[in-house]
Amino acid sequence: MNDPILEAKNIEKWYGPTPALRDMSLVIGRGEIVAVTGPSGCGKSTLLHCLSGILRPDQGSVQFQQRDITNVSEATRSRLRRTAFGVLFQFGQIVPELTAVENVTLPLQLGGSRFRDAAVRAQRLLDRLGVGDLAGKRPGEMSGGQQQRVALARALVTEPEVLFADEPTGALDSLAGEQVMVELVRLAGDHGTTVLVVTHNVQVAAYADREITMRDGQLETAGQVTVAGEAR
Amino acid sequence: MSTTHALLGILAGQGISHGYELKREHDRRLLGVKPLAFGQMYTTLARMLRDGYIAEAAHQRVGGPDRVAYRLTTDGRVELDNWLSEAVPPAAYISAQLFVKVLVALVATPDEATARSFLATQRAAHLARMRELTQVKTAGGASVTELAVADYLLNHLDADLRWMATTLDRIGQLRAEVQA
Ligand SMILES: Nc1ncnc2c1ncn2[C@@H]1O[C@H](COP(=O)(O)OP(=O)(O)O)[C@@H](O)[C@H]1O
Ligand SMILES: [Mg+2]
Repeated sequence: MNDPILEAKNIEKWYGPTPALRDMSLVIGRGEIVAVTGPSGCGKSTLLHCLSGILRPDQGSVQFQQRDITNVSEATRSRLRRTAFGVLFQFGQIVPELTAVENVTLPLQLGGSRFRDAAVRAQRLLDRLGVGDLAGKRPGEMSGGQQQRVALARALVTEPEVLFADEPTGALDSLAGEQVMVELVRLAGDHGTTVLVVTHNVQVAAYADREITMRDGQLETAGQVTVAGEAR
Repeated sequence: MSTTHALLGILAGQGISHGYELKREHDRRLLGVKPLAFGQMYTTLARMLRDGYIAEAAHQRVGGPDRVAYRLTTDGRVELDNWLSEAVPPAAYISAQLFVKVLVALVATPDEATARSFLATQRAAHLARMRELTQVKTAGGASVTELAVADYLLNHLDADLRWMATTLDRIGQLRAEVQA
């Protein structure tokens, strides 16, 4: 593995009395594409939220580039999310009132870029993703797959170190899903972006270099299948 | 796989062809299907000739032994059209080795350990093959046929994996039943 970029050390997360993550540790190398799979409710999204600084784990720590991001101020975490991380969800990430190009420029403008400069970069990325001619359209005028490619452009326009994707193809038919995943992997490869993709779909996981399987809030490696099965 | 019907179809598409041309086109056009062995092809052509699906079209001498060219007959065309209009029997029997291995492992060994470890090994092999097939898509430059082959195989491997996960979840009950 390349040098570690993201590391979870014994993290736990509880929702009330229910544990969603239990003693979870993992290391992700720079430039790796890692898939997190497992049945619905096993804690995949919670893990992604903890690693991306959206949620603070109750126990343990998360390190990004060897620096703790658990016990830092909310302002620091939010700056990190804006500059070093990109996120892509199943849907609902792009603003319906804005055009594609306005949606994609938004993160750059939040970072202080001027619209004209931001728009040039946004357009270039939209072109690359095959939706350049939709730049002036609003999400309502696009198919689900086109919207998701705009959302991908928005997640990557700041050239983040890490892209977090949670069921990125979950709302798409298989061909549209394939387009999103193919472009995601190519762009990540070109920029050396580290990717953590959460999915319950093995065909999506097959785009990754490595797969992590979870069960009941914990890791389940191939060797542990037996143990997890016997515990039932 | 019905080699007879595949060859009838290739012949219908190609027009009059020699045996070796049929083999070449079979392997080229049905990418992902197991290539035809020469022996199997000549046996099949002989049977098709006997059944009246094909007939000899002409004799040509091309600097060697006679090579026979074949044409599709009316009976052959009817047989091909019938075959194309019928559904393939959906999963009449299970022919997958992996299914048989799991059951045999449960019958032949004293506990579930062999079946479990086989399933874990198989899962890793399936995932590795799926990653390989997915690279056909991300590498770029794949033909649509290559993508269709990859998709067919990926979807079947995916179905296997889901079956394996469910089976693992109730392996204890399955063993009890198989051993009873
Ligand atoms: N906001 C929440 N409040 C209470 N329970 C939650 C909340 N979010 C998730 N959970 C529970 O935590 C567990 C893990 O959820 P999640 O991380 O969403 O799993 P996954 O993404 O693998 O489907 C589930 O049992 C879920 O019901
Ligand atoms: Mg989830």
